[in-house]
Amino acid sequence: MAVTATVSTTTPRSFIWLEKIANNFLLRRLVKAFFTIWIVTTLTFFIVRAMPGNAVDILIQDLTAAGMSADDARNQAASLLSINLNQPAHEQYLEYLANMVRGDFGKSYKSRGLKVADMIAAVLPWTLFSVGLSLLITFLLGVGLGALMAYKRDTWIDHLLSNLAATLDAVSPYLIGLLAILTLSVTWKIVPIQETRGALSPGIQPEFSLEFFADVFMHVKMLLLVYVLSSVGSWMLRMKSNTVSVLGEDYVTVAKARGLPDTRILTAYVGRNATLPLFTLLAISIGYVVGGSILLERLFTYRGVGFLLGDAIASRDYPVMQGVFLIMTVAVVFANLLADYLYGWLDPRIRISGGGQ
Amino acid sequence: MNALLETGARTWRETRKTFKILSRNKMGLLGFIGVIVIVFLSFGGPFIWPPETSANIADINQGISDRHWLGTDFQGQDNLRKVINGGKDIVTIAFLTGIIATLIAVTVGSFSAFIGGRVDSVLMELVNIWLTIPKFPLLAVLATVLKLNDIVTLSILIAMLDWPGLSRQVRSQVLSLKRRDYIEAATMLDLGAPHIVFREILPNMMSFIAISMIFTMTHAIYQQTGLVFLGIVPYSSANWGVMISAAERRAVLYNPQATWSILAPMGAIVLFQLALVSFARSLDEVFNPRLRTSV
Repeated sequence: MAVTATVSTTTPRSFIWLEKIANNFLLRRLVKAFFTIWIVTTLTFFIVRAMPGNAVDILIQDLTAAGMSADDARNQAASLLSINLNQPAHEQYLEYLANMVRGDFGKSYKSRGLKVADMIAAVLPWTLFSVGLSLLITFLLGVGLGALMAYKRDTWIDHLLSNLAATLDAVSPYLIGLLAILTLSVTWKIVPIQETRGALSPGIQPEFSLEFFADVFMHVKMLLLVYVLSSVGSWMLRMKSNTVSVLGEDYVTVAKARGLPDTRILTAYVGRNATLPLFTLLAISIGYVVGGSILLERLFTYRGVGFLLGDAIASRDYPVMQGVFLIMTVAVVFANLLADYLYGWLDPRIRISGGGQ
Repeated sequence: MNALLETGARTWRETRKTFKILSRNKMGLLGFIGVIVIVFLSFGGPFIWPPETSANIADINQGISDRHWLGTDFQGQDNLRKVINGGKDIVTIAFLTGIIATLIAVTVGSFSAFIGGRVDSVLMELVNIWLTIPKFPLLAVLATVLKLNDIVTLSILIAMLDWPGLSRQVRSQVLSLKRRDYIEAATMLDLGAPHIVFREILPNMMSFIAISMIFTMTHAIYQQTGLVFLGIVPYSSANWGVMISAAERRAVLYNPQATWSILAPMGAIVLFQLALVSFARSLDEVFNPRLRTSV
C-alpha cells in the first residue's frame, strides 16, 4: 500500500524517478547515517576545541609549564592536534572535517609522535576478536536457553532460568567482572589473574600454531566469561518472550493440527519467526564490537580499543579520545544501517511495505 | 475548613489504599522497604555513625568479626560505617538523574506525539540519531573535558544522555492513548489540552513513567561508579563507587583477607538496585487496577 502511495497521481512523469530516489530505503538510511556521523564529528570538534577550558588551551598551558616558549607551545599543540591555530574558527573546522574524512586523527600527545590511527589499528584486532567471539557465544546461548524457557514455561527450569537471566541482566558488567575476579581468582584460585593480564604473553608471536591460540585463549577467557554472563540475560528474556508469542500464533496451531513432526515445527515454524527480531539486535550489537567495554578491558588489563580510550581519558590525551570515539560511533552507525537493511531482507512483510515506520 | 478536612481524609484513604495494594505484592513491599531503609540510612546514618577520620594501623584489612560486622578496609576503618556514610551521593545522583531524565523525556515525547506531523518526525529523527551515539564513551569524554566535581552537574550530564530512549516510549504511549475512547470523549467535550494531558493521559501512564524512571536511576548508579573507576569523577567524597575503586587500586581485590572491603560497597549497590527494581515491578499493580489479581 505504501509503495503505491508514494507515486501520487498529480506528479509530472519526469519527477517520478526523482521521487523514487528520494524514497529509496537504502539511500535514505545512508543519508541519515552520514548525517549522524557528521553531527558526532562536529560535536567532538566543539568538545575538544571550543568548550571553556578546552583541550587546546590546556595542552598549550602544559607545554609552556614544561619549559617551552609560548610560540613553540602553540605550534607543538597545533601539530599534535592537526589544527592550524592561526586560522579563523570556521576554516579550522573545515580542515578538521577534511582530516577526519582522510582518517587523520592527529597524533597522540602522551606517546609522542605516534599517529592515533596507527594506535587504534594496533589494538583493534584484540577487541574485535574478544567482543566478536563473546557476541557469537552469547547469541547462540541466549537463543537456545530462551527457546528452552519458552517451551518449558511455568516449570522449575523456566523459573530458575528466568530469575537467573533477570538478575544477570540487572547487575552491571563491571560488578560481574569484580565478582568473577573475587570468586574465580582470589577465593577459589582457579584462574590466576596475573596470567590473564594483557592480550598475549611476552615472546609469543602471532602465528598459526597451537601454542599461540592457547595463549590467546588463556588471556581472553575471563573477559569472555564476563562479557557472556553480563549480556546473555537480556538475550534469553527476549528470545523467551518472542517464542512465547510465536507459540500462540495460528499457524503454529495449524501446523500441529496437520500433524507435522515436532522438530519441524520447532525449527521451521517457531524458531525462524522467533529469532527474526533478534538478528536485528545482533546486527546492532556488531557495532559495539569495535568499542569493547572501557570498564571491563581496564579491569582485566586487556589491551583493546576500550583500554586505549580509558588510558587516553586517564592521561587527558585528547587526540586519542577523539579518534577512538569517532571510530566507535562510525561502527555503531553502520551497524544500525546493516540492521535496518537486514531486517527488510529477512522479513518480506517489512520489505513490501517500504520498510518505513 | 470542612473542605480541608475532607481533602485530608481523602488523601489519607488514598495513601492507605496504596499501601494495602503494595503490601499484597511481597517482593514489591520488600523493595519499597529496602529503598526507604537505604535512603534513611544514607542521609540519617552519618549523624549517628560519623565517618572515622584517622587510620587504624592495627586493624588493616580484617575479615568480619563482632567488632567489625563487615570487616575493615586498607586503612583499618570499619567497612559498615563507610558504607553508611557513602550512600548519600549515590542516592542523590540516582534520584536527580531519574527525575531530570524523566521530565525531559515526558515533555519531549508527549509534545512530539501531540503536535505530530513534521515537527514530530524531525524530533524523532533527532532522538534516533542521539540514540546511536555510544553513551558511556561520550559521557566519559564529556566528564573529562568538563572536569566535573559536583553531583548536580554530573546528574544533569547523565540525564542529558539518558532521556532519548524513554522519550520515544512516551511518544508511542501517548499516541496509543490518544486514540482511546475516553480521550476522544474529552476532546469532544472541549476540555482543553492541559486538562487532557494532565488529567486524562498522564495518570494512565504513571506506572510506565515511574518504572522507566527507576530503571534510569539504576543506570545512573552504574555510570557514576564507572566514571569513578576510570578516575574521571574526583575522589573527594567516600561513596560506594569510590570505595570499590580505592580497594581495586590498592590491589585489595587480590588479597583474600580484604575481600570484604570490596564486597561491602558492592553489596550496597546491588541491594539498592534490586530494591528499586522489585519496587518498580510492583508499581505496575498500584497504578494499573486491571492488573490487580484480587480486590
